[in-house]
Amino acid sequence: MTHPPQIIGRRARRQEDAALLQGAGRFVDDIPMPGALHAAFVRSPLAHARLGAIDIDAALALPGVVACYTPSAMASLLTQPRLPIAFPQGQLGPEAMPFVLPAAETCYVGEALVMIVAHSRSIAEDAVALVEIDYEELPALIDCREALDPQSPLACLADPIQLFKRFKVAYGDAAQAFKDAHTVVTVDLRQHRGAAHPIEGRGILVNPDQATGTLTVWASTQMSHELAHTLCKMLGLPETRVRVIAPDVGGAFGSKYLVYPEDVAVAAAAHVLKRPVKWIEDRREHFLSAIQEREQYWSVEAAVDSQGKLLGVRGQMVHDQGAFAPHSINVPYNSATSLPGPYILPAYELDVAVARTNKVPVIPIRGAGYPQGCFAMERLMDRVAHALKIDRGEVRLRNYIPRDRMPYPTPMVNRAGAPITYDSGDYAYCHETALAEADLPGFRQRQAQARSRGQYLGIGFAAAVKGTGRGPFESGTVRVSHDGRVSVFTGALAMGQGLATALGQICAQGLGVEIEDVDVICGDTSFVSLGMGGFASRQTVTAGSSVHLAALAVRDKAIKVAAAMLDEQPANLTIEKGLIHVPGKDGAGVPLADVAMRLRGLPGYAFPEGADAGLEATFHFRVDQLAYSNAFHVCEVDVDIETGFIRLTRYIAMHDSGKLINPMMVEGQIHGGIVHGIGNAMFEHMRYDEYGQPTTTTLADYLLPTATDIPNIEVLLHESPSPVNPLGVKGAGESGVLPVASSIASAIEDALAAYGVRIDEVPITPLCLLELINKANVR
Amino acid sequence: MSTSLSRIAVRVEINGRQYDQEVEHRQTLADFLRENLSLTGTHVGCEQGVCGSCTVLVDGISARACLMLAAQADSTKITTVEGLACDGALHPIQQAFWDKHSLQCGFCTPGILISLVELLQAEAEPTEAQIREVLSGHLCRCTGYQNIVAAALAAAARMREPAR
Amino acid sequence: MKLAPVIYHRANTLKEALHLLSDTPDAMVLAGGQSLMPMLNLRLAAPSHLIDINRLKELDHIREEGDFISMGAMTRQRTIEFSDLVAEKLPLLALAIRHVGHRQTRNRGTLGGSLCNLDPAAELALVACLYDGVMVVDKVEQNRCVPMSEFAMGFMSTALATDELLSAVRLAPWPAGHGYGFHEFARRQGDWAVVSVGVLMTLDASGKIERVAIALGGIASTPLRRPVAEAHLLGRAPKLDLLEAAAAPVDDIDALDDANAPAWYRLQLVRVLTRRALVDAARRAGAPL
Repeated sequence: MTHPPQIIGRRARRQEDAALLQGAGRFVDDIPMPGALHAAFVRSPLAHARLGAIDIDAALALPGVVACYTPSAMASLLTQPRLPIAFPQGQLGPEAMPFVLPAAETCYVGEALVMIVAHSRSIAEDAVALVEIDYEELPALIDCREALDPQSPLACLADPIQLFKRFKVAYGDAAQAFKDAHTVVTVDLRQHRGAAHPIEGRGILVNPDQATGTLTVWASTQMSHELAHTLCKMLGLPETRVRVIAPDVGGAFGSKYLVYPEDVAVAAAAHVLKRPVKWIEDRREHFLSAIQEREQYWSVEAAVDSQGKLLGVRGQMVHDQGAFAPHSINVPYNSATSLPGPYILPAYELDVAVARTNKVPVIPIRGAGYPQGCFAMERLMDRVAHALKIDRGEVRLRNYIPRDRMPYPTPMVNRAGAPITYDSGDYAYCHETALAEADLPGFRQRQAQARSRGQYLGIGFAAAVKGTGRGPFESGTVRVSHDGRVSVFTGALAMGQGLATALGQICAQGLGVEIEDVDVICGDTSFVSLGMGGFASRQTVTAGSSVHLAALAVRDKAIKVAAAMLDEQPANLTIEKGLIHVPGKDGAGVPLADVAMRLRGLPGYAFPEGADAGLEATFHFRVDQLAYSNAFHVCEVDVDIETGFIRLTRYIAMHDSGKLINPMMVEGQIHGGIVHGIGNAMFEHMRYDEYGQPTTTTLADYLLPTATDIPNIEVLLHESPSPVNPLGVKGAGESGVLPVASSIASAIEDALAAYGVRIDEVPITPLCLLELINKANVR
Repeated sequence: MSTSLSRIAVRVEINGRQYDQEVEHRQTLADFLRENLSLTGTHVGCEQGVCGSCTVLVDGISARACLMLAAQADSTKITTVEGLACDGALHPIQQAFWDKHSLQCGFCTPGILISLVELLQAEAEPTEAQIREVLSGHLCRCTGYQNIVAAALAAAARMREPAR
Repeated sequence: MKLAPVIYHRANTLKEALHLLSDTPDAMVLAGGQSLMPMLNLRLAAPSHLIDINRLKELDHIREEGDFISMGAMTRQRTIEFSDLVAEKLPLLALAIRHVGHRQTRNRGTLGGSLCNLDPAAELALVACLYDGVMVVDKVEQNRCVPMSEFAMGFMSTALATDELLSAVRLAPWPAGHGYGFHEFARRQGDWAVVSVGVLMTLDASGKIERVAIALGGIASTPLRRPVAEAHLLGRAPKLDLLEAAAAPVDDIDALDDANAPAWYRLQLVRVLTRRALVDAARRAGAPL
């Protein structure tokens, strides 16, 4: 059997682009829906308050207003007032979930309290301004560290806990490790809140189709099936009466990986009004009510021997979870278990407090808690190097898990209880290759020359490991139609990462057709009954594997049927460009379309012997183990010591994401992830004042990196195939974020070595840097 | 005396086609394009003029459609992303974006295409620094801008080639 | 957010605009819209009426008027950026304008709009202050000239009455061959300046400072001149230590202060940027630095 042309691994141009480039994309706000009503929300102006009387009379009287839903009115439309738990039973109480509209108490500025439905968004907002609510302001808990103090206020009176949970990740004998240590280094780190800010905000359009009796929902979401499931549950509708379609999604990065109160409220209104209702989040709402992440305080120390080899790490971490925990403790758990990274760490003990605060709730944003764990470990490694006067690179090389010890079982378990085992990777190779590219000796020369001119250049680097391909499964169906076109259906979702192209390549390669022959439909609950969605860099692994297996199954089936038609042995047949034939033998061949026709069946005529109906296959590739990708970044900076301004002058990123389906798209993911990392490291700071009022609520105050802030990113790729899935792939969507903050911090410390500056906080701003330089000057 | 509920007549040419429409006083140009004319290629990302997703050409010059009222578009000629391709052939910058993987989710893309079209019309050989400066007026959360810069350089080179 | 209900008026001539302004209560003028529309879009401003003056061609000009360069209030920032006359006669303005927002906002943003908005960080306000600019203010059947120092009254508040319209700005160019320097500190390209500094300088035949003007932006609620520092520099040779010493005294300034940029930070930056702008100006004026 000949090998079909390599489509996997091809830098194929994307099938998504033609429409998007010509303004023909269909994002949720683009879906034509004549007569659609528009929703707007009254949002809490206070971080914590009891809710008293609500007066909607003036709002209802405004011409163009169709309905106003107070919490009690909304509750009467729902089977339960709170969103259902989205985590395993017993992990946290049901009070960790938000209300759709809270009746008694509001717990963060921006929380939706009343919904107005009107003929236009403008009128709905006019009505919002007319709603009056009696608030009894309550003390708010803003600084998550205060949640450890029994005297501090409770963030939520209805669920009077200060911590959602307190847990420990521990293995080995940390106490002994610190007794045996040659040297101990300590870091106290702080990472600020940030948000996802996809350029398209959230949005939902619900059409109660009277003709079919189905609630059709278009949502800018990362989880169609979960949304459908939740709406069914909250509205008391059977599964067959709710359909969720993910249209084009304008980025998500975690902010659309949740069923929000607004989603349920809009659907409930549409259902009862029997009119289509839509809600399109504006940027201000994203600041006030879309999930946030990143804020953690770490106090950790590392014990090492005289050679800088790690003996143990221990410490505490306080995680700001916000007012609710709809995804339980996923983020802090990821942060805690990601600290060891690529290193052999014999003992570990981290005590984690997940604090409830009067701020927007937290779920994973791109990186999902791993950036914080990586930052902690990489800062510790730099300190070890400094304390022992060992080169920063050398100390890492002495601690990496060697390639020949893969798969490497760490002593930790993931949140499903399965062991965290690194499947494959060559950390030392990535480190050495990237540093060679960086030409460290050449840099040192340039650095010295620059210093003589009063210019401060620095170089830094960091390593990271990211778990990807989270299970338990994803759906994939491959179906050949009577016209020979191949359809791929999956519960996986596109949000810009080129999923359709990637799955199209996998299917085309597996089946033996061209990419152009494949149509991929993602995230439409009417095509697949089960699906999980897009998060945790999982879809190429999970959906990709399902589609791969389904394509191979369809291929085998088609060959068997064609073998009988051609009177050939199946082993002699191959499929190329949709034609089943003996390679090299011209003339005889059966197009896939013909096989599909045969397997459609014609009543009364002979059905192909031994075959099941239909030329299609469905797989739900099951996986509990993650596939671990790794990265090594090198960063050069130029620091202006008079103003604190930091300029990134060079950035090298070496990534191993296993087998690559489309290297061009993987590079794109790495670029994007790195720029998110630069945002975290230097620009993004979601500020709250001491009353819990958000003070950065526009994109002029909350800074995202722009094209003039980013140097050219040099991407180097390595492929260590993963043994945990049939394609050998690993996810690539998030790994770019992880090592950025540490690389930049390390580079700044290198530039300012003479000042002994220590970076313990991100974002690192010119203001922070100037403060550190001033302090050093005084010393 | 008009009230805020009355409408204003607007005559505007968009992508070469004349429109006579009635707009609300407070309606922005961005919302007018999207809602009245179903030209949904122009996107709204921030309503503050920062993200650049709503950028269109007004009389050949780039402008934030979210910072103009629809009424102000009267007697102007507007180009949106839907007007860049010519007789089914992609503009060189659109082609270059496709070749270089310069878009991911595509939401910020139309505004960026418009700004780059403006730049490429004015500069036959834009430098990377000039391209990045023009791009600094746009936010992209997906691509990291790198492939966008590459596409702009490629499109400029292609446009400098003698026409066949 | 969407705008609050508002009534839109379009003025076709200056006269029409002035009458609308004086006859319409609770009205705001819509010029380039790059500052006003964001506020309207957030309902931070909700006037009952908007008067669109974008059709007032008579306010869109850059020309020599005797000893002045007169620029109409509706001159687009873009026009200033590409003006040969400005490049030749007001080179510091040509330099500073490229820091105002982004190309896309300069296309519609106007000189007058920026001056009337009077954000403490506005580069154009700094320039008007540095050049001792004169504002031409019109109302029905009247106009008056207001020096910039009186026009800029306080935090985002000008001397304009509710029935007045800024129609032009007059700047007196410095002699050919003068030195100029402009520095600003911003987090990203096109961002609001944290602080900014503009310097104009001429040297006499013996290379000593004959005339100098220093203006600071973003440090106080309105742009500030530094008369003491300016006086101190006159008649002296522009050496590095002199310029550094002139840039140093900032303790008299009641600096703006917020979480993003506390007062000490602004003052430290302004010292550094003043020195850098003085050095640039001296070099351009011919000093051997």
